[in-house]
Amino acid sequence: MVNKTDKKLSLQKVRAHIPYYFMLLPGILYFMVYKFYPMYGAMIAFKDLNMLDGILKSPWADPWYKHFATFFKSPYCVELLTNTLEISLVKIVLGTFSAIVLALLVNECRNSWLKKVVQTVSFMPYFLSWVVIYGIAFAFFSEGSGIVNKLIEMLGGEAIPFFTSNSHFRYVLYGTHVWHGVGYSAVVYLASIVSIDTELYEAATVDGAGRFRRIWHITLPGIRSTIITLFIINIGNILNAGFDQIFVMYNEQVYSSADIIDTWVYRTGLVGMNYELGSAVGLFKSVLGFFLVYITNRLARKWGEQLW
Amino acid sequence: MVRSKHKITGERVLDWVIYLILFLLIIIFVVPLLYVLSASVTPYSELIRRGGFVIVPSELSFDAYKELFSTSLIGSAFKNTLFVTIAGTAINMVLSILFAYPLSKKSLPGVKFLTLMLVFTMMFNGGTIPTYFVVKDTGLLNSLWALIIPGAIAQYNVILLKNYFQSMPDELFEAATIDGAGAFRVLLSIAVPLAKPIIMTVMLLYMVGNWNVFYAGILYINSNELKPLQVVLREILMSSQNMLNNVDTHAPSLTMRMAAIVVTSVPIIMVYPFVQRYFIKGIMVGAVKG
Repeated sequence: MVNKTDKKLSLQKVRAHIPYYFMLLPGILYFMVYKFYPMYGAMIAFKDLNMLDGILKSPWADPWYKHFATFFKSPYCVELLTNTLEISLVKIVLGTFSAIVLALLVNECRNSWLKKVVQTVSFMPYFLSWVVIYGIAFAFFSEGSGIVNKLIEMLGGEAIPFFTSNSHFRYVLYGTHVWHGVGYSAVVYLASIVSIDTELYEAATVDGAGRFRRIWHITLPGIRSTIITLFIINIGNILNAGFDQIFVMYNEQVYSSADIIDTWVYRTGLVGMNYELGSAVGLFKSVLGFFLVYITNRLARKWGEQLW
Repeated sequence: MVRSKHKITGERVLDWVIYLILFLLIIIFVVPLLYVLSASVTPYSELIRRGGFVIVPSELSFDAYKELFSTSLIGSAFKNTLFVTIAGTAINMVLSILFAYPLSKKSLPGVKFLTLMLVFTMMFNGGTIPTYFVVKDTGLLNSLWALIIPGAIAQYNVILLKNYFQSMPDELFEAATIDGAGAFRVLLSIAVPLAKPIIMTVMLLYMVGNWNVFYAGILYINSNELKPLQVVLREILMSSQNMLNNVDTHAPSLTMRMAAIVVTSVPIIMVYPFVQRYFIKGIMVGAVKG
């Protein structure tokens, strides 16, 4: 009896919400076709693809993990994974550090005009595509025509092959990464700094604390939870080392220091038409990434609660 | 007495150190952009003569822009990108708002499941190659729609919108519903106008993404006349880089490359001042809640 009225009620509830379901319809359709169907299509990773038969009718790979084994046994597996992790990690650390420093500088600046200009100007690179940033970086740092290298030569030094040597290319990646994102990330830290109780600063000033002590004992502890939360979330995305940036800037000479999972999947899997292998590596990355994001999000929540 | 005076001068020195560092930072952000702009309007001969070191050209020359539009695909690419930015952003906004608004209703049966679905697709995806086949099977390959439809909804933006809708007081919606307004009416006449800051933020995020579309361009577009701006810019930059090795063919000159960068980046930078005040507010909202 209770059950029946419950059902009736929920049916009524559903009926009352019909307009909302209409609103959801286009989105649901979109997610089904372009997000869930590719997950189903990821079965390519377990098949021996025959383009004439199509994905569904192609025979299963034997053994089922054949393409995964090919990847893990190959020499580039270790290189791709270490490149991806190293590049990501350095980017996260440098990006976090530089954004905090910029936020502190802006916060400590007592000239409101300068403050505004710095914020606006440092934000601009966020709107530029990686192709544009590559074009600018190339004009400054290319070995043959970059004006930085011309300056070095004028001063009697030797031109540095920033884009073509494995020992320098990573610096180009890190440098442009910070230039591109620091203004955007600093806004988040600045928001967190602004929300710190100003009475704390007043009390500290009365007690005779100088600027550095106020930063160290009030500002930094005040934004600690923001720093930790963002850092953990970034770690969750560590397998995304930045396809667009690297793909636009790299070349064959620096593959050994800059080739990452995503660029390799594009080159070997899609352009080279090794669809099964590319799908297998992509799936491996997706599964690993899923667990990383899941674990780090839980950690972030836990830490956030403890600290707030 | 002496000590506190000491401290005050110390603070003043520190102020000036901060000003100096910030001033240097401004240079680091502005000079590269300024250099590109001035190099693009410097006569080619002057640029060569001065070895590339030009901040203020002795005379303005728009030859590089003429050369750019007459010898490259930039004209058609500009139109393609303009279309993708306008039509794409409109589609992005309509779909995202329509999806986010119902998700903000906690009483909606199935809302938890749908939110979970949204978050799941953010954390897990089928991968580049299976997605490529879906785009191919849905007939979008080599059409401008391939740059719009496969990325029509960015999950993170939906979450931003949903959180904002959720933060609005329920009474607002209840009053309108009692007055007999349907869900669509309430959405259009109450929720959307009140959510302007977050809507502007999300719109700018989509716009920047659409204007800078690159990955989808190299994945899904083959014909030259359909290539978006970023893909064409890359080809211009690359061809000049390859030319350094074999000199016999005509390479895009440095000035033309700089002009191409200006054409590709200035329009989207121009949008920023108009939405800046919403944008910074929007990121803060997202940072606090996301």
